[in-house]
Amino acid sequence: MSEDVHLSQICMDFGSFRAVNNVEVTIKSGEFFSFLGPSGCGKTTILRLISGFMDPTGGAVKIGGKDMKGIRPNARPTALIFQNLALFPLMPVWENITFGLEVRGVAKEVRRAKAEELLQLVDLHDSADKKISQLSGGQKQRVAIARALAVEPKVMLLDEPLSALDLKLRQHMRAELRAIQKRTGVTFIYITHDQGEALAMSDRVGVMSQGVLQQVATPQEIYNNPVNEFVASFVGENNVIGGKVKSVTGGIASFETAKGTFSAKLGPNVAVGDVSKLFVRPEFCSLGSSTDAKENSIPVEVTEIAFEGNFVNVFVRDGSGDTHMVQVQNDPATPPPALHTTCHMAFNPSSCMILSEAVNGRSGH
Amino acid sequence: MQELIRRYGIGLSVVMAAMTAFWLFALVVIPNLVLFKFSFRVYLPVDQLGGPNDVYTLKNYLTFFTSPIHINVFFTTILYSSLVTGICLMITYPLAYVLAKVLKPTDTATFFLILLIPLWVSEILRSFAWFIILSNQGPLNALLMGIGLIDKPIRWISGYQSVIIGLVYAYILFMLFPIYNAISALDTNQIEASEDLGASMWRTHWRVVIPHSKPGIASGCVMVFMLCAGSVIVPSTLASTSSRWFTEIIQQWMFEGLDWNVGSAYAFLLLALCIVFVSLVMRLLNVRLVDIAK
Repeated sequence: MSEDVHLSQICMDFGSFRAVNNVEVTIKSGEFFSFLGPSGCGKTTILRLISGFMDPTGGAVKIGGKDMKGIRPNARPTALIFQNLALFPLMPVWENITFGLEVRGVAKEVRRAKAEELLQLVDLHDSADKKISQLSGGQKQRVAIARALAVEPKVMLLDEPLSALDLKLRQHMRAELRAIQKRTGVTFIYITHDQGEALAMSDRVGVMSQGVLQQVATPQEIYNNPVNEFVASFVGENNVIGGKVKSVTGGIASFETAKGTFSAKLGPNVAVGDVSKLFVRPEFCSLGSSTDAKENSIPVEVTEIAFEGNFVNVFVRDGSGDTHMVQVQNDPATPPPALHTTCHMAFNPSSCMILSEAVNGRSGH
Repeated sequence: MQELIRRYGIGLSVVMAAMTAFWLFALVVIPNLVLFKFSFRVYLPVDQLGGPNDVYTLKNYLTFFTSPIHINVFFTTILYSSLVTGICLMITYPLAYVLAKVLKPTDTATFFLILLIPLWVSEILRSFAWFIILSNQGPLNALLMGIGLIDKPIRWISGYQSVIIGLVYAYILFMLFPIYNAISALDTNQIEASEDLGASMWRTHWRVVIPHSKPGIASGCVMVFMLCAGSVIVPSTLASTSSRWFTEIIQQWMFEGLDWNVGSAYAFLLLALCIVFVSLVMRLLNVRLVDIAK
């Protein structure tokens, strides 16, 4: 039904430009895996390497343990959903969906029946004979998914297929995609620059930057324990404080900064004496009066309050003029401090991290 | 029209519309109407003009239908024009695909320059160049014998083959450009999607690329066919002893026979049949005139 995908030390060079550098990851059979990164990080290149539009210049793409080198896309057990969907505008919906069966010589009546069945699966009824131009964005999306599912791929590849949709529909399609993946059990490899999408849908996420896979982990792990500055700042918001690691005891470091000394978890590749940065999420910060000031607290003044509905973003300025953000739940019983009041911003040592810079796969190549 | 006035003002718009109208009416419609009238009049000595013999008649058209040789040349012209159109399509479709989708854009520009440079030379000179290339002691035979492909020279300028070669060369770019434009407009993702879904290269062309480029193909075919059927220079320069082109007969009526009346009738017969033929092809390919004009 589905297969695992093993990217074994793959590299991809375009002339002197290294788009993908030594990516090593195994995507498990039946897993929903996302590659997350900014544009130009090499994630689309990885997708094209798996689908077979190009072969890596180093390493190997293995699907179900089999090296795919030299095998064209039409002979790989993968199906790709393009960013712009690439539906065939001159064919009606049902021919679009069963195009993959048509080229395999399946009889017309069988194809027609299969198209109806897949249209049911993606919740699109009575659209078999419509033209592609008659469909809405979300409906086109479903046709593209049905077309890819029709060839019964072992691995489904999705290249930011939701980016053209509006917010409401995008959120709806997220859930839909996830449900279809669970129902069919096919391995999904999803490419996106949208962290919300990646975190909400995936079993595991691979964060990419500069051609290098920076971290592969569950969404919770990526968000709560990023391995470096890039992962921390690309996924979610942070308050950042620069300083120097003074000492470490039991994984908790003492971090010396211009704003005082803080205790924080020590991230990978940081050692005592390193000049580094401390990252803390806005929702892990709290604001309190100066009397209950404890460990890891900075005296601040409230400069701006942004009401977002279910939560409130409170912007505060510390003594050295840096602005931080504190996110608190919207609760009329405990309102945030008023504008221009002074208070203390505090955070728990176990919810902040000292992180190193990201690995750059392109410098020095 | 309102858009034109808004953008250029009333004065310039009138000038542009007037120039277009002048071109259309004074240079195209009126001369054709004059010839159309000619085609129904009798060829008479000057002193009989306006006399009792100067009447409207269908005799000029009947001249054609009563001369089997002319009918034969007429259909031969249509047949070989279709053949040239077919050959041009066979050559240009793969070329257009490579130019539009395979080559890098910078290379495409170079290729187009190479393709266009010969167009700077006049059609007469180019036809004559082919006359030299194809002649018995010419470079083509010398080359083929030099590489040992043939033992004795091939008589290229015989039957219609030299005319066909010349016409293919003269009009092939009129086929290339519309097809190139049509294929360029095709989203490359569609080609890749087809391949990703398991289609072979042939199947992708048959189901995705060709249906998409059909208006371009039809446009190129119509253009090449019309130009071939109406060509005078190429068929007369590269003519062999046994090749006759219908335009040559029209020319003979008009300039050797000095009978503009029969000549006009023949010209309109050619025009009429070309229109019928083109409409048939369009019906066959299921394309509309607006698609072609794009």
